Amino acid sequence: MSWINNIVTPKIKEILTKKDVPDNLWIKCPESGQMVFHKDLEANQWVIPGSNYHMKIPAKKRLELLYDDEYTVIDVEGSVSDPLKFKDEKKYIDRLKDARKKTGTDDAVVISQGNLGSIPVTCIVQDFAFMGGSLGVAAGEAIIKAMDEALRSSSPVILFSAAGGARMQEGILSLMQMPRTTIAVQKLNEARIPYIVVLTNPTTGGVTASYAMLGDIHIAEPGALIGFAGPRVIEQTIKEKLPEGFQRSEYLLEHGMIDMVVHRHDLRSKLITICKHLLNK
Amino acid sequence: MQYLDFEKNVAELESKVSELRQLAPSDEDISIDENIKQLEQKANMALEKLYATLSPWQKTKVARHPDRPHFRDYLEALFDDFIELAGDRKYSNDHAIIGGLAKFADINVMVIGHEKGSNTTERIKHNFGMAGPEGYRKAERLMSLADRFNIPIITFVDTAGAYPGIGAEERGQSEAIARSTQTCLNVGVPLISIIIGEGGSGGAVAIATANRVIMLEHSIYTVASPEASASILWRDSGKASEAANSMKITAQDLIEMKIIDDVITEPVGGAHRNHEKILRDVEINLSRHLSEITKLDRKIIIEDRRNKFLSMGRVG
Repeated sequence: MSWINNIVTPKIKEILTKKDVPDNLWIKCPESGQMVFHKDLEANQWVIPGSNYHMKIPAKKRLELLYDDEYTVIDVEGSVSDPLKFKDEKKYIDRLKDARKKTGTDDAVVISQGNLGSIPVTCIVQDFAFMGGSLGVAAGEAIIKAMDEALRSSSPVILFSAAGGARMQEGILSLMQMPRTTIAVQKLNEARIPYIVVLTNPTTGGVTASYAMLGDIHIAEPGALIGFAGPRVIEQTIKEKLPEGFQRSEYLLEHGMIDMVVHRHDLRSKLITICKHLLNK
Repeated sequence: MQYLDFEKNVAELESKVSELRQLAPSDEDISIDENIKQLEQKANMALEKLYATLSPWQKTKVARHPDRPHFRDYLEALFDDFIELAGDRKYSNDHAIIGGLAKFADINVMVIGHEKGSNTTERIKHNFGMAGPEGYRKAERLMSLADRFNIPIITFVDTAGAYPGIGAEERGQSEAIARSTQTCLNVGVPLISIIIGEGGSGGAVAIATANRVIMLEHSIYTVASPEASASILWRDSGKASEAANSMKITAQDLIEMKIIDDVITEPVGGAHRNHEKILRDVEINLSRHLSEITKLDRKIIIEDRRNKFLSMGRVG
């Protein structure tokens, strides 16, 4: 029996447990519950074919969808990474390491330059997968650097926002990213450089109360949650049920807070047209 | 006066003192008199010791003490000829933020601040100092007005945060805060901000993005209230004291981190125990900072303010 146990059983076990494919082969639509094959989802730009639900999308994929072809990712350095030496059950620096491993990016904001409809643009993407897209010093610094680069190359800025809000583990320095990024936006305004914000699901907290709501033009993806206070906080404060569709893109459009709601499939062409208009091209 | 939960020892000593005072109707009995003096001294020492080593969470409670001087108290004591300017010209007049033209030590200024209110009726009127978009749009309007007439701006910050409500969201709470912050950064006149109690999150930043940010010794400045921080970090608002203690929210921490520019020492036992003294000390401090910046050129004022914020968190 021993050879069976030692050789055959592990082989059988291996066959039975072998994974050629990742776990997330089928992806469930958070809205309709519909199951979609991952390749179909990717081919459809992470929009669920039936329900049109716009899934969150990794930063690098977002850039691939936006640019004509090649683009350059700009490195960001020179900011403190753990100002408070914050620790709860886990050290904040360890959380950062995990997030870097998971996303393959240094922090929640990826900045880049490339061509969009043959127009050189600077694109800033906030990745929700990196600690909820939260805004800390490194993320703020990335936004400032991208806007400074745009200033230098005189290219329009397109920013995709996605964040739960502040990077709590960085405390007050996270809050200081509100004025800091606002300064960068102000410099763009003064130089008359177009600044277009695409609000994606979700964009809440201090992020909306600074650069994400200071765009020349505000576009939102369908169904995105956008607001200052989170719905849970509001419900707890006012002890009432929130209205249907509250804080969603379409609701914000109705209340005059954004210019348009654009389906992800139409986003690229819409952005090209807007850039051309603003650049008088 | 309302004692805080960690002041039990002091409260007992002070109540004994007042009991003894009632027992000794006049100065006939010298031994009782002596006793009172000794007890008073003991109470004072206990208070001094306690307040020298307050934890961040205890400071949070002091910062929220209902008897602590509010914006109105400073307005009445430090400013003359106050002309309140109301409304945002777009929707309504938010009473959580009050502002107007005034004289401060013979200088014409624009003064703006959060008002929490001192009794139930007032607190409701002022929405506990939690402003909506209209409050921030009013602040923005007044700052722009001051800028146009070359009038320095002083803001008093005392808010748990911007109000989280349906109407506030519908009318663009986040946009209003962002625009107000932007206006702070653009005015070419001196802008001085003083955190007198709670500096709560974006609701504070909107009027506190200033050339000089000053904090009272026991005030706090937070990315989110300790309760909200605990709820976000650990899904448990009951861990507020832990959040407060780990997030560097005190004036002492923030001056070390170069987030703020100055700290005003409070009377022993906190500002609420001696209004007169803290009002005077704030006045002295404000006029010093104001005279320092007023000399500067408009361009420099804007540049210095921007550079100060841009350098925060940068290495080297």
